[in-house]
Amino acid sequence: MTIVTTKALSKKFGKVTALDGVDLNVEEGEVYGFIGPNGAGKSTTIRILLGILQATSGSAQIFGKDVWQDAVEIHKRIAYVPGDVNLWENLTGGEVIDLFSKLRGKTNQKKKERLIEQFQLDPSKKCGTYSKGNRQKIALVAAFASEADLYILDEPTSGLDPLMERVFQECVHEAKRNGKSVLLSSHILSEVERLCDRIGIIRQGKIIESGSLSEMRHLTRSHFFVETKSSIPELGSQKGVHDVREEEGKLGFQVDTENLDQVMQYVSKFGITKLESKSPTLEDLFMRHYEKDSPNRGASS
Amino acid sequence: MNRQLFAQLGTIIKFQIRQNRWRFMIWGISLIFVTVLIASAFTGLYQTDLERQAIAETMENPAMTAMVGPGYGIDNYNNGAMMAHQMLLFTAIVFGIMSILLTSRHTRAEEEDGQIELVRALPVGRLTNLTATIIVLTGFNFLIGLVSGFSLFALQLEDIGLEGSLLYGFSLSAIGIFFVLFTAVFAQLSESSRGTVGFSIGFLLLFYLMRAIGDVSSEALALASPLGLVLRTEVYVNNIWWPLFVLLIQFILLFFFAFYLNKIRDVGAGFLPSKAGKRNATKSLLSPIGLNIRLQRTGIIAWAFAMFVLGISYGSVFGDLESFFANNDMLEQMLSSNTAYSLTEQFLTMLMVILAILSTIPTLILLMRMKKEEKKGRTEHLISRSVSKYRLLFSYTVLAFVSSIVMLGLAILGIWLASASVMEEPVAAGTFFEAGFIYLPAIWAMIGIGITLLGIFPRATSLIWLYVIYSFFTVYLGGLLDLPQWLLNLSVYGHIPQLPVENVEWFPLIVLVLITFALSIVGFTGFRKRDTLV
Ligand SMILES: Nc1ncnc2c1ncn2[C@@H]1O[C@H](COP(=O)(O)OP(=O)(O)O)[C@@H](O)[C@H]1O
Ligand SMILES: [Mg+2]
Repeated sequence: MTIVTTKALSKKFGKVTALDGVDLNVEEGEVYGFIGPNGAGKSTTIRILLGILQATSGSAQIFGKDVWQDAVEIHKRIAYVPGDVNLWENLTGGEVIDLFSKLRGKTNQKKKERLIEQFQLDPSKKCGTYSKGNRQKIALVAAFASEADLYILDEPTSGLDPLMERVFQECVHEAKRNGKSVLLSSHILSEVERLCDRIGIIRQGKIIESGSLSEMRHLTRSHFFVETKSSIPELGSQKGVHDVREEEGKLGFQVDTENLDQVMQYVSKFGITKLESKSPTLEDLFMRHYEKDSPNRGASS
Repeated sequence: MNRQLFAQLGTIIKFQIRQNRWRFMIWGISLIFVTVLIASAFTGLYQTDLERQAIAETMENPAMTAMVGPGYGIDNYNNGAMMAHQMLLFTAIVFGIMSILLTSRHTRAEEEDGQIELVRALPVGRLTNLTATIIVLTGFNFLIGLVSGFSLFALQLEDIGLEGSLLYGFSLSAIGIFFVLFTAVFAQLSESSRGTVGFSIGFLLLFYLMRAIGDVSSEALALASPLGLVLRTEVYVNNIWWPLFVLLIQFILLFFFAFYLNKIRDVGAGFLPSKAGKRNATKSLLSPIGLNIRLQRTGIIAWAFAMFVLGISYGSVFGDLESFFANNDMLEQMLSSNTAYSLTEQFLTMLMVILAILSTIPTLILLMRMKKEEKKGRTEHLISRSVSKYRLLFSYTVLAFVSSIVMLGLAILGIWLASASVMEEPVAAGTFFEAGFIYLPAIWAMIGIGITLLGIFPRATSLIWLYVIYSFFTVYLGGLLDLPQWLLNLSVYGHIPQLPVENVEWFPLIVLVLITFALSIVGFTGFRKRDTLV
């Protein structure tokens, strides 16, 4: 079952087009990674999904209901954590968590206590004295202690230390184990790689790529290091080869997946003595889109 | 549909009440207490009807009308009428300011900081927060009005009856509620909480001026202002209720307008345009003082304009005042038989102290802005670079001192220009400027107190506003009620010789300047030693 669907979602702020036809699907039980550079439109998409902003055109549904018309119904079953959490300065963290629980309806008290411990949070302090990371923990505890069916997380770890990031990742895993769905926007690619089943890349308000990580790897380049008996003079000018460089006698280069076959045949002519390959990372994928769209930043090939 | 808009209204209402319980308690108790205290001070002030009648005659003059509203029930100027005539307007203004601050805090400020976003992501209706804020603050205003009314009646003073007392209390509530709704509208229009408060206070001032000019010369203009409207109740004499019903209609209109605007706009967005800024900093921006001026520019210009307009509107009354006294020889003789000064000049002294206190407000706002910058972590950007803490505080101090002279100067200039154009025998510019600028040492002492608070008690900086309000009321009432001298002396403004009626006395002025120095040194030292607020 599809939990979140948007069709041709667009949003204009005055003359600025923040979203330009976003199509996105989150299936039940999956963790969907939503990545893109700053200002790409991640938060805007999420705010539309939360019924906080109204789309200029297009449609968006959660649990099969319209995100604007049925916001209150939908919100009973979702939990949201923004990247920049601001709370009421004169309330304690514990009070805020309880307020949010009260407003949502169902909360697992045991889980709340456990999360407070795991996140090493002191809930008796006033929110005005918390650091950014601690305010974020409040929102995370309130979110994961609720029995939501969908978690919408907008760069939720931007203030957390690596240890707490671990705790967060464990929370996401647990949610997934329980069959919950997660929409995670992030620019920490290793986190997305570790957690997400499927990914959508957004840039300038358009989804430019989406699919599972392994599907996407087909679209990207592989890294190779080779040692050959005789030198390869024309490697750099082969189709689909990028970023050729010499390192400690080895030749390093990247190959577009669609040209892999020809390039390997060409290289093997020179007598391979050693070959190492590295599968592409999300970062490569990301950078490739970046380079494609901004030529001045392209790598030398 | 209603669920979409108002879900969980009750929970949010309870939450807001709980969150504000202390704030409500302090505002409520002080407003009720002051109202009751002043009422009991007023009665028994003038023993005989004859005395009261004489006072009534002077209260009828255009200057007083411009300042506090039209006199009424002059042929029966009883204790209640006297108290209401002189107190209703200013107390109502305090209610208005309170409502503006509280409303902005729960609407635009929370939206700006992002709490609204968190709440909206919960199963809470789209209009719940706005509705809850309006209900809670309307209820609060209603309650303190009601309690004030009953407390006045409970004093069992002569001429202070039940109906009048309730009408007095509800008139205060009505102005409070008006500004709750008015601010709710501006919270939709403006994109920031500073803008919301700024526009609302600006309109409060405009309503005051409309009423001042209207009361003197045009009934329609006065009725267009809620402050003018509420003075038409003629509390304790005629007890007229219809102005409150007119206000009730205005409430409903404002209420729906705020809802409508809230519904059609995006969270975080406003309607008033915010244009794209400069790409690069101009040279004047690149110093702590320059940055400061730039950050507070809109406020500075708005206040400067307001002070000047205030000066002009008070000044324009002088002409009427002159002819009023000219036509009223007997009064003139009766009241000024023991002084060599005209009533115009006596009025001038009272005006000057009020303007001095009013021009202290923008000056202190400029100074105290540092606290907010510090709390939001923005001063760290400066301190962590090459700006010393001394220089940081100094930049705010300089701005405050300059502002004290400019703001007061503009107000005096306004008075002089307007009065010179309407009076047959104009008062010399020098007289105005001397009478006004002699208050500068008092304003500077206020700056000194502000610096000390910033340096030593940064969490208690709002105390300075209590002191400003205290000063205003003692000065204002000091002349009316025979307040004991020590109460007046608690205010720095009470030590300034009142030119031209009194002679220049250098001693208090010098002491105030020395106090300013001492407090500044204490504040600067404390600021350097203390931790930055987080
Ligand atoms: N309230 C707003 N008014 C005008 N422009 C906005 C507003 N909110 C976002 N934008 C613009 O929309 C684009 C997308 O922003 P956002 O969704 O916050 O990006 P992301 O979360 O991916 O960093 C940006 O260009 C941003 O400047
Ligand atoms: Mg974002």
